[in-house]
Amino acid sequence: MAEASPRPGATPVIELRNVSKTFGEVRSLSDINFAVYPGEIVGLLGDNGAGKSTLVKTVMGFHKPDPGGDVFFKGQKIDDWSVARARGLGIETVYQERALCEKQPIWRNMFMGREPRTKWGLLDVKKMREESARLMSEHMGFTSAAVHPDNVVTTMSGGEKQGVAITRALYFDAQLVILDEPTMGLSLTETKKTLDFVSNIKKAGKSAIFIDHNIFHVYPVVDRLYVLDRGKVAGVYDKSQISMEELIDRLYRVARTGTLE
Amino acid sequence: MSEKPKNNRVAPPSFLRRYGSQLGIIGVGLVMWLGFVIAAPTVFMNTFIYVAFAQTTPQFGIIALALTFVVITGEIDLSFPSIMALGTAIFCLAVTHGVPWPIALLLGLATGAACGWINGFLVSWLNIPSLVITIGTSFLFRGIELVIMNGTGVPLTAEMYPGLHALLRESYFGIPVQTIWMIVLLGATWLLLNRTRFGAHVFLVGDNPTSARLMGINAVSVKTRAFMLTGVVGVFAGLMTSIYGYYFWPTTGDGFLLNTIASVFLGGTSVFGGTGSVIGSFVASYIIGAINAGIVSAGINAFYTQLCFGLVIVISVVLQTIIDRKIRRQSITGR
Ligand SMILES: Nc1ncnc2c1ncn2[C@@H]1O[C@H](COP(=O)(O)OP(=O)(O)O)[C@@H](O)[C@H]1O
Ligand SMILES: [Mg+2]
Repeated sequence: MAEASPRPGATPVIELRNVSKTFGEVRSLSDINFAVYPGEIVGLLGDNGAGKSTLVKTVMGFHKPDPGGDVFFKGQKIDDWSVARARGLGIETVYQERALCEKQPIWRNMFMGREPRTKWGLLDVKKMREESARLMSEHMGFTSAAVHPDNVVTTMSGGEKQGVAITRALYFDAQLVILDEPTMGLSLTETKKTLDFVSNIKKAGKSAIFIDHNIFHVYPVVDRLYVLDRGKVAGVYDKSQISMEELIDRLYRVARTGTLE
Repeated sequence: MSEKPKNNRVAPPSFLRRYGSQLGIIGVGLVMWLGFVIAAPTVFMNTFIYVAFAQTTPQFGIIALALTFVVITGEIDLSFPSIMALGTAIFCLAVTHGVPWPIALLLGLATGAACGWINGFLVSWLNIPSLVITIGTSFLFRGIELVIMNGTGVPLTAEMYPGLHALLRESYFGIPVQTIWMIVLLGATWLLLNRTRFGAHVFLVGDNPTSARLMGINAVSVKTRAFMLTGVVGVFAGLMTSIYGYYFWPTTGDGFLLNTIASVFLGGTSVFGGTGSVIGSFVASYIIGAINAGIVSAGINAFYTQLCFGLVIVISVVLQTIIDRKIRRQSITGR
């Protein structure tokens, strides 16, 4: 079931094989097989605590899978997977918790972990400031005078903070963008903008993993769907195989009984 | 992501907001100096006192510059006085066994790096609170030093080590070399903190270690390097102090702890991590040095030194906190 590949012969951008993740007593992921192919948007559905964020952080190399589980990047098994490595290979994430450093100015947050340097090897602060100002007006719809790159993040609204996190993921021209509940706490217009952003990833021929509790957000933009339940993959669907009504029906069943059928 | 500019946030952060605490500390320094000049004009119009405090302040001031990095990462190092002594002891052992002094100097600094690495490893890799573990390593490093030196000191006269005295005790162009070192290290640490990836990561790790790690920053390595920097600079300060007194005392470092830590906090570096400046630590070190030198030279009873210290530190930290919250438009209690 989970092995069903949308395009036989294609190599996934990222693939997890038999991945489990245990935190002390808690088993957050068990025996996950998961793949994202080039150019596809994969939706990830599941209740709170199903393990969606844990899966994403394992894809990013933030969590190391329990022994026996493997991460493959473009068909290559990678043993020393790390966030720095994943980002270096073109995977960017908008984390559920946003991963901002709120006492720092916007420009430090925008380039966090991938700071540009001058030819002397020193931090290119000028570029960081200018690029942040440009990105904020071009992508976030802030007029450049409205939110200055030197402002600290604490003073911003929830939507503005999310804007920084999303713009940051966009900036590095990633081939795989992961969004973990990006619309949480956003206004209607902000939500629409975020969904447009996901559609644009597809138009640009890149891949994405999209997590959202609202199935009306997820269904229209994705190509394929994973349903996660209590750390297990409960189902994988091509969008062509299942209507939104059927999907909602099955999600209710999963929540009640733990099985899809 | 909103379409319209927010009117309450149309301006970049004001100059005051960005440099408020640094301006504040410079202001405190100037006011205090004027106070001294008015209270004891004959002493404070004489250059002798300035030479004295330009020689002694850097002995702890340079450590304050390095310790600023540790405090910005949200940690503290209470073991640097012992590292000063242990590294200098290794230097003394090496030279008394015929090792040329430049190599002995490198051995001493390497000892400081090793001690810093141990602190950093225990704090960041094993996740032990630095406040607790550096009290432990402080006893450990001091204990090793006392054992290997057998509690005895080593003379370090100018006749024996002219090169070292030229490096750490002379004056050039009328400026004591200690203060020249302090200025050089201010430049170096400013660059390191504000213009390198390491420095950027020091701020991020201190602000929110989880966010930093999620974005691929190696928090363990960043903290460890901050502790190593403090260790190396600590040993350099230990040598500077010993050469100044022509003698290595096994008790070297005693009395440095509070001066140094007070300089970092007085300089506006936050105990909560994530914010701070080496310029603040630099100015604050000289303020604390000036209180020491000033009170003694002005013929005021030395019992007043601590009283004066206490007043300056408590009042300035309270003012800094209140000004900072005002600028951020929070209430005075921060709640
Ligand atoms: N770092 C962690 N330590 C311990 N337990 C964790 C950790 N991260 C997640 N968990 C647990 O793993 C389970 C799945 O969490 P999560 O992946 O955040 O779910 P979701 O994102 O689907 O809501 C939860 O029971 C959560 O408590
Ligand atoms: Mg989650």
